[in-house]
Amino acid sequence: MAEVGQDRPSTDSTDFTVRFTDVQKTYDGEILVVKDLNLDIERGEFLTLLGPSGSGKTTTLLMLAGFETPTHGEIILEGQSLRSTPPHKRGIGMVFQNYALFPHMTVAENLAFPLQARRMAKNEQETKIKRALEMVELGAYGGRRPGQLSGGQQQRVALARALVFEPSLVLMDEPLGALDKKLREQMQIEIKHIHENLGVTVVYVTHDQSEALTMSNRIAVFNDGRIQQLASPEELYEKPQNAFVAQFIGENNRFAGVVKEQQGKQCKVALDSGDIVNALAVNIEGHGGRTSLSLRPEAIYLAPAPGACDNIFEARIEELIYMGDHTRVRVDVCGNNNFVIKVPRGASHVALDTGSKISVGWRSEDCRALDAA
Amino acid sequence: MTATADSTESAFLAGNNTLKSRLRRAERMRKVWALALIAPMFVFLMVSFVIPIVSLLKLSVEDLEVSKALPLTVEAFKAWDGEGFPPPEAMQVFAQELVVAEENKTLGSATRRLNYSLSGFKSMLKKTGRKAEDDLAGVPADQILDAFIAIDKDWGDPAYWRAIKDAVGPLSDYYALWALDRQRDADGDIVMRPSTQSIYVDVLLRTLEISVAVTLICFVLGLPIAYLLATLPTSRSNLLLILVLLPFWTSLLVRTTAWIVLLQNQGLINDTGIWLGLWNEPLELIRNRFGVYVAMVHILLPFMILPIFSVMKGINPWHMRAAESLGAHRWKAFLKVYLPQCLPGIGAGTLLVFILSLGYYITPALVGGPQDQMISFWIVENMSSTLNWGLAAALSMILLLLTLVFFFIYNRFVGFDKLRLG
Repeated sequence: MAEVGQDRPSTDSTDFTVRFTDVQKTYDGEILVVKDLNLDIERGEFLTLLGPSGSGKTTTLLMLAGFETPTHGEIILEGQSLRSTPPHKRGIGMVFQNYALFPHMTVAENLAFPLQARRMAKNEQETKIKRALEMVELGAYGGRRPGQLSGGQQQRVALARALVFEPSLVLMDEPLGALDKKLREQMQIEIKHIHENLGVTVVYVTHDQSEALTMSNRIAVFNDGRIQQLASPEELYEKPQNAFVAQFIGENNRFAGVVKEQQGKQCKVALDSGDIVNALAVNIEGHGGRTSLSLRPEAIYLAPAPGACDNIFEARIEELIYMGDHTRVRVDVCGNNNFVIKVPRGASHVALDTGSKISVGWRSEDCRALDAA
Repeated sequence: MTATADSTESAFLAGNNTLKSRLRRAERMRKVWALALIAPMFVFLMVSFVIPIVSLLKLSVEDLEVSKALPLTVEAFKAWDGEGFPPPEAMQVFAQELVVAEENKTLGSATRRLNYSLSGFKSMLKKTGRKAEDDLAGVPADQILDAFIAIDKDWGDPAYWRAIKDAVGPLSDYYALWALDRQRDADGDIVMRPSTQSIYVDVLLRTLEISVAVTLICFVLGLPIAYLLATLPTSRSNLLLILVLLPFWTSLLVRTTAWIVLLQNQGLINDTGIWLGLWNEPLELIRNRFGVYVAMVHILLPFMILPIFSVMKGINPWHMRAAESLGAHRWKAFLKVYLPQCLPGIGAGTLLVFILSLGYYITPALVGGPQDQMISFWIVENMSSTLNWGLAAALSMILLLLTLVFFFIYNRFVGFDKLRLG
């Protein structure tokens, strides 16, 4: 697999908080969970580590927090190697998946815990606890126990506890995983706002791509122990660099084929069905190499005017799924019967009937020729 | 709901057939069933546990030996205020009854009871009983006291007469006070028993001391094992758990005697130590407090480990990491975050071990010396050797009350709702 977006950080790079250099991690001495990780985390950014389970993202976070030791390589925090710094001396705030609130302490005592560990004066503690609880809108809940709070409230307490001692770096390990969808979306916005207001650096681990797109400045897509692509949400969605990223982020129509011709950024790909598609050459091995084409469902036109797109094919409508704001049209085209087109409500100027024939088209610059994974 | 349904419901209600009574009827059958299912257990517990215990404990406050042997005397002595000598008429009744009791040989247990109050009473009463028919029967009221004194001069001491009055029963704190090394003096005030008879307060304190020490040792040894059990990978922790449980599958007697084999002067440990040249004379490992602690801790350790383990198993392992990430050192994280969450298990474990220790009998009896015997030993001693059942019952009562007191102290500070035995 091609390694894209994983350039070695140059020594004169911008203001970074954390730098991973050639970090490897194995638990059993056989399989590398994290392979040659090189990553700079910029000061004040919201960086999300996104990937399926087992991709190495949580291990990366735990190494940064100090709960796992890298097998090889080095992690630098604020110019200091973390090799021999125990977790409690790193000064990194952390929000855990299951909140990890201490059940035998009240909310206020939970928040006081990091302040007591830092031997802060009592009145200063109280001011900070009050401010942190107000930040997460739980000002009146200081005397309660975590068990008396709802999941969303516990989540806020965990957030306040990770922030109350004013760390410059906060790690979050799938913190919204246990919440229902509506609450999760609300908390995403809240965390985003807190990040913007406080200016802390956040490293956020999730397997939910929409969460990553909503919150992040940059997203590092992990798979198989490697960063597949590190980019802003827009770039990641619109310009995926390889088939895995295209597949993992958002919806995606795929064709497999062989490169027939390449002219600069343009290429012609012969699909396995025999059709020839014009595509954007992004990540191909040149003439004769196998490739997979990636095409977003919203970039496809139904019954386009001749000449409007440089790819027009005849398709058969297999299924229509009404989704409210849009309709999903599943068609059979170029030998792919799982080809999905998103038609916004009222946007279609042709009648859509299951089983009928229709012409579909797309522009070659929306059709990205990627590696053949 | 339709109109017809409404009317049927109101008809039901009108027929004195409320929803509540219908519910009761529906539930009754289930309740009867439930009671029937627990009935055998209940009967068994009553017959084998509650009734024997209650009837034995009753002995600690009963004082019936004298009134059974000499019912008329007891009746006659009731009129006496306890000052000086009883009225001569009462003495005459006593003399009459002694004659009858001597004939029927029913004086035995009464003499033993009176001998507890004043030593020498037994032989004096026996002698008096033998001579009662010849020397006391029919003696007029004004000479009756002298007749008694003629048989034994101790009758001239009012204390002996008072002892009879004190033993009339039916209820008395005599044994309860004895179990605390106390007695009532001539004025009815509570005073210490003579030091030759005062052993039970010492025994009680020793019982508490051994129990506290065993509980502490079990806690110190058990906590790391429980932690290990809770944090090791399942495959290895299961093996360890089997090792912890292994002693449960061996009889207590076998384990105790195994310690004798190991610890005695020519035992495995002493022989090995001398053979290796670590020490020259056999160490005193048994028939002393050391042996008692070793054997009792060995037997009671699983009772400490298992409740703590089961609570630790439920503690979220991420809490330790969270505490560390918040700036606490590992030890501080353990003390402030982990240990407080173990309290229900620690409470259950210590309570269990402590209360089991309080009643220990066989182990101290086999591996302990004379100065290591606990209260249970003396209960057995009084029950089977000296046949002083009243005192045995009083000691049992103290043991029971002590146990209850610790239960309530525990409930006050930890709470039974937090108790987790696994």
